Amino acid sequence: MRAIFWKEVKSYFYSPIAYVLIGMFILISSIMFWPNLISAYGEFNGNLSSMGYILVFIVPILTMRILAEDRKNGTEVLLLTSPVKLSEIVIGKYLAALFVFMVMVLISFVYPIILVIFGAAITPQLVGGYVGFILLGASFIAVGVFSSSVTENQIIAAILGFVFLLIIWIADGIGSMVGGITAKILYWFSLLSRYEDFNKGILRLNAVIYYLSFIAVFLFITIMVIERRRWSKG
Amino acid sequence: MIEIQNLTKFYGQIVGVKNISFTVEKGEVLGFLGPNGSGKTTTMNIITGYMPSTEGTVKVCGYDIMEEPAEVKKRIGYLPEQPPLYMDMTVTDYLNFVAELKKVNKKVKKSQLDDIMELVKITHVRKRLIRNLSKGYKQRVGLAQALIGNPEVLVLDEPTVGLDPKQIIEIRNLIKALGKEHTIILSSHILTEVSAVCERVVIIHKGEIAAIDTPENLSKNFRNMSKMSITISGPKSSVINLIKQIYGIKYVEAQTEKEKDVVTYIVECDKDLDVRKPIFFAMAKAGYPILELKSVGMSLEDIFLQVVTEEKEVN
Repeated sequence: MRAIFWKEVKSYFYSPIAYVLIGMFILISSIMFWPNLISAYGEFNGNLSSMGYILVFIVPILTMRILAEDRKNGTEVLLLTSPVKLSEIVIGKYLAALFVFMVMVLISFVYPIILVIFGAAITPQLVGGYVGFILLGASFIAVGVFSSSVTENQIIAAILGFVFLLIIWIADGIGSMVGGITAKILYWFSLLSRYEDFNKGILRLNAVIYYLSFIAVFLFITIMVIERRRWSKG
Repeated sequence: MIEIQNLTKFYGQIVGVKNISFTVEKGEVLGFLGPNGSGKTTTMNIITGYMPSTEGTVKVCGYDIMEEPAEVKKRIGYLPEQPPLYMDMTVTDYLNFVAELKKVNKKVKKSQLDDIMELVKITHVRKRLIRNLSKGYKQRVGLAQALIGNPEVLVLDEPTVGLDPKQIIEIRNLIKALGKEHTIILSSHILTEVSAVCERVVIIHKGEIAAIDTPENLSKNFRNMSKMSITISGPKSSVINLIKQIYGIKYVEAQTEKEKDVVTYIVECDKDLDVRKPIFFAMAKAGYPILELKSVGMSLEDIFLQVVTEEKEVN
């Protein structure tokens, strides 16, 4: 698993992908941060919500090649005939994408640090918001990895990932429009409702567990998809 | 070393391979011969654990591929038809990655990689990106990858396809050298290649085994006729007439006329008869000089066609 993790991290940073994505993330989040500066607004949680929205666009591009490329180039054979377990391959690759995301998160600490320098306080909301943001990103990446496993075409993987994430993003809205039991179900499954809780500074263990199980389920489905394809390969 | 029993693979309704059974002894080099789409790659993919079989068992060094895949995979080095290379990595980075993937001990890793690179002669390109290497070098890097971890068994799927003649000879010699220490399964659709390096050949057709034997026996047994190519200077019709009169000749066919009255003929006769002398005397008597006479070997295609047609006759 370590071998796969480091290989993927290297290939992110040896190619322009990581830099372009990190650059895009910084650019957009900086534009969003601009109003905070000019209006001396010390609250950062609104920015975190918007940054979550950037992830809907960035994560699919980050994860599109992660499994699809191996399938297309025939390097999947190497991985699957090596004495490494399939679960280790998928988790190793997932963690590599997560690593790139964490670099983005780390860089984005610049914004609250600037605010703190200018006198804003480190509030539970801020800490909670960040924990939520990281968990949300980690869940998005799991969805992206899954999308990359169902096709050998990277573009399709990216579009698929984007569609899934967009559905997740608007599920709450649809729920409140429809109302009734559908709304309750959507709300229960929602990644965002929990994220909003974090943003209010509410750190709930069951929400953390929900995110972690969400990731586990998507990685598990990914493994199943690859396993199923091995059995029916044509 | 490798035991394959009743191996069957269905792709939905389509048969990939059907009821394949054979064994490979330790230290043996086994050739796997068949036209495209006959099931060579399918069999190799199953042996190496890339895909599971529908039925049947594969045992490598006593371990079943379905029950203890990790143990089997540790003992096999696989070079698929398309070498599994990461184009954006340098040769050294790539081989290091494979070594880690195969859980090679850190202490021996460096010396092992150096040895392998020396063996397949890629030491001087080790810092280059794989993307920029020629096809022949990519193939060698693929072979190097299969050798990492010093596996007892090597499975090589068409290792010389797409190489130039010099590279083909080099790779063949390399495989021969490797055959001294490893058990090798090698697939090919070229008979000369198989007879050059393999001790035993499995011919596979439409997913089923058509024949298993040594290359010598195969060419011997399937050669009911001996075939010659003769170039004779003389009028075509009378030459053909003269040849046909000779005892034992089954078939004569005139090929291209190179110069005026210089024609190459393909002659077939019973395999136990030597018709070269009678032809010589007949031509000498008629005053038509023989310019060239050589026997034509059986190609895989010939043997193969024969294997397949014989089966039909039995049925």
